[in-house]
Amino acid sequence: MQATFMPNRTQGHVLCCLCGLAITPNPTNMCVNCIRSQVDITEGLAKQISVLWCKECGRYLQPPRHWLRADPESKELLTFLLKKIKGLGKVKLIDAGFIWTEPHSRRLKVKGAVQAEVLNGAILQQNFVTEFVVEPHMCPDCTRANVDPNVWSACVQVRQHVEHKRTFFYLEQLILKHNADANCLSVKEKHEGVDFFFSNKAHAIKFIDFLQSVVPIKFRHDKQLVSHNEQNSTYNYKYTFSTEIVPICKDDLICIPQKMAGNTGNIGPLVLVTRVTNAITLTDPVTLRTAHVDAAAYWRLPFRPILSSRQLSEYVVLDVEDSGIATNKFVEADVQVARAADFGSNDRVLNTRSHLGALLHAGDTALGYDLYSANLNDSEVEKAVQRGLTLPDVILVRRSYEKQRRHKNRGANRAWKLKRMAVDENEEPQAATAASKKRGGPKGTDDLERFMQELEEDPEMRAKVALYRDPGHDAPAAPADESAMSEDFDEEDFPQVPLEELVDQLNHLDIDHDEALDEEQRHEENGDHAMVDKI
Amino acid sequence: MATRCQFENSNDVGVFAKLTNAYCLAALGGSENFYSVFEAELSEHIPVVKTSIAGTRLVGRVCVGNKNGLLLPNTTSDQELGHIRNSLPDEVVVQRIDERLSALGNCIACNDYVSLIHPDIDRETEEFVADVLGVEVFKMSIASNVLVGSYCAFTNQGGLVHPHTSVEDLDELSSLLQVPIVAGTVNRGSDVIGAGLVANDWSAFCGLDTTATELSVIESVLKLRDSQPSNIVKEMRASLIDSMV
Repeated sequence: MQATFMPNRTQGHVLCCLCGLAITPNPTNMCVNCIRSQVDITEGLAKQISVLWCKECGRYLQPPRHWLRADPESKELLTFLLKKIKGLGKVKLIDAGFIWTEPHSRRLKVKGAVQAEVLNGAILQQNFVTEFVVEPHMCPDCTRANVDPNVWSACVQVRQHVEHKRTFFYLEQLILKHNADANCLSVKEKHEGVDFFFSNKAHAIKFIDFLQSVVPIKFRHDKQLVSHNEQNSTYNYKYTFSTEIVPICKDDLICIPQKMAGNTGNIGPLVLVTRVTNAITLTDPVTLRTAHVDAAAYWRLPFRPILSSRQLSEYVVLDVEDSGIATNKFVEADVQVARAADFGSNDRVLNTRSHLGALLHAGDTALGYDLYSANLNDSEVEKAVQRGLTLPDVILVRRSYEKQRRHKNRGANRAWKLKRMAVDENEEPQAATAASKKRGGPKGTDDLERFMQELEEDPEMRAKVALYRDPGHDAPAAPADESAMSEDFDEEDFPQVPLEELVDQLNHLDIDHDEALDEEQRHEENGDHAMVDKI
Repeated sequence: MATRCQFENSNDVGVFAKLTNAYCLAALGGSENFYSVFEAELSEHIPVVKTSIAGTRLVGRVCVGNKNGLLLPNTTSDQELGHIRNSLPDEVVVQRIDERLSALGNCIACNDYVSLIHPDIDRETEEFVADVLGVEVFKMSIASNVLVGSYCAFTNQGGLVHPHTSVEDLDELSSLLQVPIVAGTVNRGSDVIGAGLVANDWSAFCGLDTTATELSVIESVLKLRDSQPSNIVKEMRASLIDSMV
C-alpha cells in the first residue's frame, strides 16, 4: 500500500476582529472574551421567577392545578424549578444546582450552565443564576380544611318529607360520584334533610342544577340583606335556596288523582313507584303499564303515597300462574300468597295479580302491601272507590331476600364499601334523637342497610353510583358460607354485586389520593432528572 | 486608505464592485451612495463605471480583471459589453469568455502579474487569463477552498487570505505571488475575504462592519498607509534612476 502524502499544516494565528489579540481562527474569529461581551446566551432566561408555595402543607404549585411536595434542595425541587425557567428550551442545559439561601429569605437560587450556538456556528457555554421568589399561597386543599364554615353566603336546604333517609343516601353517593360538593363549605344534617353551605351564590346555583338533574325537586330562593354600602350602592346578601325533593320513593303505593291518571293515559289508579330519577316512574301492577311523571308535572298536581315501604309486610308465595303478558321488565302473573305472620294461625290464602311473575316462584317470600287490613285514610282512594274501584287484598311490591340474607348474614360480610361524605350532626339534639328513634337507630343504620340491599338488587341503580372494593373483606370465608347456603337456596337467585363493578382502592381517595398523584409525579420527575443528568 | 462602505445594507462590497489599478466597476444600486463613495475616492485617477453584468448587480463576482484587461462571463449582454468597452481606457482589453464556471470573480483571483485560479477551470479559459490579463496562472486552493476568488484578495502590494490558511500555505502563496500575504478577516470576523474587500495598489473598500483591528491589518498588509497614486510614480522614478545610475 502506498502512503498518501499529507502536507504539514501548521495552524496560523489571526487577530481577534475586535480586540486584536492573536488567536487561532474559530468560526466567529473573535476571542472568547469578545464573544462573551457580544452575545449573552442567558439573555432569554428569566432571572427572577416567583413560585407559589402553600405555607400549610409546604407544597409548590405546578400549574395549572397540581401541588407538588418537594424537600428543600431536593432533586424534585430542582426539576420543578428548572421547568419554571422560561427560555431553557432554546439552549442546552449542562449543569444545575442550588446556591444556599437562608430559609426565611423566601428565596431559592439555582445556578446552571447552558450551551448554545452563537454567530457562525460557534458553541458558547455560559453560567447563569436564577432567583426564585417563594410566594405563600394556600392550596385549595388547605383552604378547604381551614375555612370557617360560618362565613357562608349561600345555603341550599334540601328536604324530603318522608319517614326514611334512603333518598339522601342515594343523593350522597351521586354527589360523591360527580364531585358535586367540590365547592361546598360544610354539610349539616337537619330534620328531614340536609343543608349545604357555599361561599358563593354561583356555587349554590350550580349545585341546584346538579340536584335537578338527578332527583325531582322544586326550589325557591330567598335573600337576606346582611349589609350594604350607600356610597357605592353595594349590597351584601345571604342567599337561601329551599329545595324540596318530591316525597315519593321507590316501592311507594300511590292512588293517583283522576286528573293525573288522565294525563298519563289512564293508568291506575293504584300504582307502584318503581324508579325515581329526575322523574318518577309509576307502574300499574295489574296492567303492567308505566308512566313517567317529571318534577314539573308532579308539582302541578301533587300526590302523597297511601302506603310506603315501612308498611310492607311479608308474604309467602304459594303458587304463581304466568299469564304470558310481559313488558320489557315485568311479567304479569296470578299469584297465590299467604301472610307470613298468618302461618300457623290460620289458612287464609290470598289471590292477587302481580307484575312480578318473572321473579316469584312458589316458596319464595315477597313483600307487599296488605290492603285488606290497612287503614287507608286518603281522599283519592275514597274517590276511586266511589267511582267503582275494588281494592285488592294485597299488592306485591318486590321479592324479599330477607331469609337468604339472614341465613348468610350478608350485611356483615360485603365485599364492597360506600364512600361517605363528612356531614355535621344535627345541632338540635332533641330533634336528632327523635328522628333517630323514628329511623330505627342512630344515623339511620336500618335505612343505610336497606339502601345497600337496594343497590345489590338493582343493577340500574348501581350503575349510577361508585362502589369501592373493601380491602378488609376476607375472600376465603365466602366459599364456606356459600356451600352451606347452596343446600337450601339457589345460588344464582341471590342478588350480589359482581366484583368487576367495584372501584379499587377506597383509601386512595381524599388526601391520600393527592399523595398518590405526588408519588406518580415524583417517579416521572426522577425520570426527567436522570435525563438531565445524562445531558 | 481603506474605506468602509455598504451596498444597500449589505456589507459584501466585493460582490457589487470590481476595483483594479486602471478602472473600477460598480453595481447599479437603488441609490447613488455606493457609487459616490468610489467616485469620491477614485475619480481623479481612474474611471468609475456604473454597470450591470448579465443583468445582475453581482459585478464583482462574475468578472475578473486587472490593469491589462477584463474578462466577462458569456452571459454578459452585447449592450453591457459595449458600454464597458466604451467606458474603460483603450489599453484595457475587454474579453467575453465562454466558461462553465461563470462566476469568474469567485474562481479567479489576480493582481497585475499573477493569478490564482480554480483547479477545474477550462484550459482555454486559463489561456485567456494568461493572454488577456497578462499574468502567470497558478491553479490553487486556499484553506482547502477551491473558490480562490472568494477567499482571498491581493494586490501588487500584498494580500489577505482566509483565516484558516495554514502557515505553509501562506508561505507558498507569498512565494508564488511575490507579495506579503496574511490570514485575516473582514466584516467583524467574516472569512469571505473576496466578498468583503476590494482593493488596488493605493485604495481599498471594505464592508461597514469591518472593525478597526481588521482595517489596520488590511491597511498594513496592502501598504495603504500614506499611499498615493503618485507614490508609485515616485518609486518607479527612484528605481529607474537607480538602474540608470
